[in-house]
Amino acid sequence: MGKASFLTLAVLLGPALILFTAFVIIPVFEAAAFSFYKWNGLGPMVDFRGLQNYAQFLKDLIVHKALLHNLLIAVVSLAVELPLAMLLALIVSDRSFKGSIFFRTFFFLPYVLSEVITGVLWQFIYHPQYGLVKAVWAFLFPQAVAPALLGNTSTVIWAILVVVVWKYFGFHMTIYIAGLQDIPQEQIEAAKIDGASRWRTFWSIILPGMRTSVQLSVFFSIIGSFQLFDIVWAMGKGDPVNAGETIVTYMYKIGLQRFNIGYGGTIAVCIFFICLVFNVFYQKLLVRED
Amino acid sequence: MKSLKVESALMAVVKYFVCAIMLVVIAVPLYISVMGGFKSTGQLRAEPMGVPDPFYAKQYVDLLTGAQGSFWRELGNSVVIGLGTVAVVIAVGTFAAYALARIPFKLNSLLYGYFQLGLLFPLAVAILPLYLQLRTFKLLDTRIGVILPQAAFQLAMMLMLLRGFFKGIPDELEEAAAIDGYGRFGFLFRIVVPLSTPILATVGVITLVTSWNNFFTPLLVFNSLKKFTLPMGVMDFMGQHASDWNMILAFLTLAMVPAVILYVFCQKYIVAGLTGGAVKG
Repeated sequence: MGKASFLTLAVLLGPALILFTAFVIIPVFEAAAFSFYKWNGLGPMVDFRGLQNYAQFLKDLIVHKALLHNLLIAVVSLAVELPLAMLLALIVSDRSFKGSIFFRTFFFLPYVLSEVITGVLWQFIYHPQYGLVKAVWAFLFPQAVAPALLGNTSTVIWAILVVVVWKYFGFHMTIYIAGLQDIPQEQIEAAKIDGASRWRTFWSIILPGMRTSVQLSVFFSIIGSFQLFDIVWAMGKGDPVNAGETIVTYMYKIGLQRFNIGYGGTIAVCIFFICLVFNVFYQKLLVRED
Repeated sequence: MKSLKVESALMAVVKYFVCAIMLVVIAVPLYISVMGGFKSTGQLRAEPMGVPDPFYAKQYVDLLTGAQGSFWRELGNSVVIGLGTVAVVIAVGTFAAYALARIPFKLNSLLYGYFQLGLLFPLAVAILPLYLQLRTFKLLDTRIGVILPQAAFQLAMMLMLLRGFFKGIPDELEEAAAIDGYGRFGFLFRIVVPLSTPILATVGVITLVTSWNNFFTPLLVFNSLKKFTLPMGVMDFMGQHASDWNMILAFLTLAMVPAVILYVFCQKYIVAGLTGGAVKG
């Protein structure tokens, strides 16, 4: 149809550009600007502090703790959640496996539930006076009092991790199922005829064939680990004494509960840079491997 | 041959065993929630796992009749916010994706790259300035103040899905449409949109689910109880009924139902959008 008039392009692209710029791009840059000031969000932003907020960020012990938790979540996702998702994908992607569709549908279900509902439900499960933990404990140790897993600084992060795996493994499984469908069935059959073991077939045919899916799910789970908020918030807001804190819950507390917008902005910028640096390295790594 | 058969039978047993364990792991919390809603607090304390005996339907009845909490109002709010976000994303996204997919112009790939930046910016990074900005625009505590940011943050991903699909529409169709006298908008509305119902459904359903479950944006924007969505309602209800866990569980169960129904009926679109689009993108 040849060239489009400026008016046509403006009508088509204008609304999206305005919406996206106003609510995504400008706020992100504003956060960067705030990060150099001490400001409570009211009145003019005049108290310029240079890199002071960043220095505070590096020294802040709660930041260290929170980032360590995020890292732990990422590691557990990679080491536990993704292999579990892969195992289940291998099982239920086989259409001759009776009930595969049912299992698939059911395993994905937790992903569709809201994070808040999931979090509150698990608060009950962990509740020392009512929940599942109490029932299990009463069965194993009839005399002992059940532990409050979410109320104890040494267990809360692990309790949260269980919920994270529970909620998200189905998502990764679904990505893997989609990836498995792209692997030519003949290759797998051929390997079988050649007498390759299942293990061998998995490592030399199936896994390489699923490269894109695996890369994608690794990417999602690491980025997701550093952005976790809702579930943690619904399971005790990162408490007790920051033992369940993630970097985003901490940012929320600093920015919108203590109204230290400047330092909150600094934390936001650092979250962004962590994601960006990871993204750049990850892409580089993948390019090199190809 | 016989040993192979034994082996594959054994393998099947192992597979079903693994699936059964996962089934239990997922089902038990859901079972606890549904059944817990039918128990009295005393039953809940004595028998957290068992089937309630007798069943107390009072919690569910109270919630559904509005004697306790405000389930229907919060459900309604979630529906309004969800559909509003879907409408904005579909309208704005279809227009922009059409231009990016099918109109050659100088800044095309630059603009697409600009929108793709959105994939790198999580909502969390923007949340503080967003709050201040909504305050400046007087959009705090308004529905549109939740709908617009939600739509904006959904846009990058959805543009990717839509653009990919629109690119796949054959050029011959466009030429034929031109011969029939359709302009760009005629082609968009009469050919592209009708051909794209599967991808539009995917975009719509994913946006709806994301909005439905979103807690961060409404938490930021809404102040008055009257506007709370379901996830906020759940948190608020829990704050008020701290020890009435039977009530809370009944509320949770009711709040889960719409998402589960939506999932069962729209599973195809949800899975396609989350995986197909992502894997090919």
